Amino acid sequence: MIALLMRDLRLALRAGGGFGLGLAFFLIVTTLVPFSVGPTPELLSSIAPGVLWLGALLACLLSLDRLLALDYEDGTLDLLLTAPLPLEAAVSVKALAHWLTTGLPLVLAAPLLGVLLNLPPSGYAWLVASLALGTPALSVIGTFGAALTVGIKRGGLLLSLLVLPLYVPTLIFGAEAARRGAAGLDPSTPLVMLAGITLGTIALMPFASAAVLRMGLR
Amino acid sequence: MSIWSYANPVKFLALSAKLQPYLWAAAALCICTGLIWGFFGTPDDYRQGSTVKIIYLHVPAALMAINAWFMMLLTSLIWLVRRHHVSALAARAAAPVGLIMTVIALVTGAIWGQPMWGTWWAWDPRLTSFLILFLFYLGYIALWEAVEDPDTAADLTAVLCLVGSVFAALSRYAVQFWNQGLHQGTSIPVATGGRSVSDVFFVPLAISMVGFGLLFVALVLYRTGTEIRLRRAQALRARQERGL
Repeated sequence: MIALLMRDLRLALRAGGGFGLGLAFFLIVTTLVPFSVGPTPELLSSIAPGVLWLGALLACLLSLDRLLALDYEDGTLDLLLTAPLPLEAAVSVKALAHWLTTGLPLVLAAPLLGVLLNLPPSGYAWLVASLALGTPALSVIGTFGAALTVGIKRGGLLLSLLVLPLYVPTLIFGAEAARRGAAGLDPSTPLVMLAGITLGTIALMPFASAAVLRMGLR
Repeated sequence: MSIWSYANPVKFLALSAKLQPYLWAAAALCICTGLIWGFFGTPDDYRQGSTVKIIYLHVPAALMAINAWFMMLLTSLIWLVRRHHVSALAARAAAPVGLIMTVIALVTGAIWGQPMWGTWWAWDPRLTSFLILFLFYLGYIALWEAVEDPDTAADLTAVLCLVGSVFAALSRYAVQFWNQGLHQGTSIPVATGGRSVSDVFFVPLAISMVGFGLLFVALVLYRTGTEIRLRRAQALRARQERGL
């Protein structure tokens, strides 16, 4: 498992892995928002938590089609399927690697982009906390979507159509926690719900993803 | 003679051919009675005027939009457990019907909401969860279209239906938490048995609901039959090509 994790991380970090792409996309989306809604500081600070959450979600989505498609093309996935390691574990490791290379950098970059959007000072800690709690769920759910579409030609658009509705609860609770934090309210309820979603998806989704991969590659 | 004998496509087609005329007739009768009675035979509401009459379309469509998904969930489970092709095809056949029902519910709701709430759309929990349901239907249908091998497509969509159901329920709860709504609660709570709608409106509404249910069953049977024949035609064509 560790070998697989290291392999995925190395592939993502080295040239052609698209490691920085998600981050760059996040930065660009955040930069474009003031152009589209106007640079009023009050407006920006009120929408900042939501925009940052949406940007992180889209950046996560963008990197999903590389998650399994490359392994499918070069045959690694077939090897994983026949390996002694259970496919559920392999899928979990893949999701973890995706989170480490996409989710974690987004969490770390979010406060910096919060400055650009005039996020209120009380919001930073809660924004980081909610993103850190929520992005693992995004990776795990995304792995399921990637597994569903792995054998399909031009599956990228279909992948977003399938995954985005599944992201709705995570987005609602995550953005709500960040928004309440920024507004100086108590964000513990949505944070607890968000943690529940993350833990539940981590526990259950690998089984669905592995089942779907077995069906798709049969 | 168990219900599983109808998993045989030939038997299924024979039975559905026998049932369909009655179903269509009953559905047409119920819907016509319900709608005509509802539109012309009921008094205008004291507050809402004649706009209340859209309820005879809105509520049955919304009801069937959700029940269609439950039916797909059930048939998907049957396909995953017992691998009856008819079951998978029935789920496939039900999806577009459910999608249209969702659209009808959303559109009639918007038409009613304009004069009553003063807005076509509000980010109310019920409205939002219906919009999300609409997206789930779209994704489900798109996945069926995208996978070439029919058995793999049936497998993948079945799992998507199961996972999607969990997330649809979760979204339903999440949006309720996120925004308190404008939409009124149900007037016919089944659990408590009480009812806050007068018989004058309720009887045609109930007839209309039964009619939509029958219409749904008839449409699904019809579409499942089409899917089975399509599959058969593909098999014949494949055999012919191999023979050449």
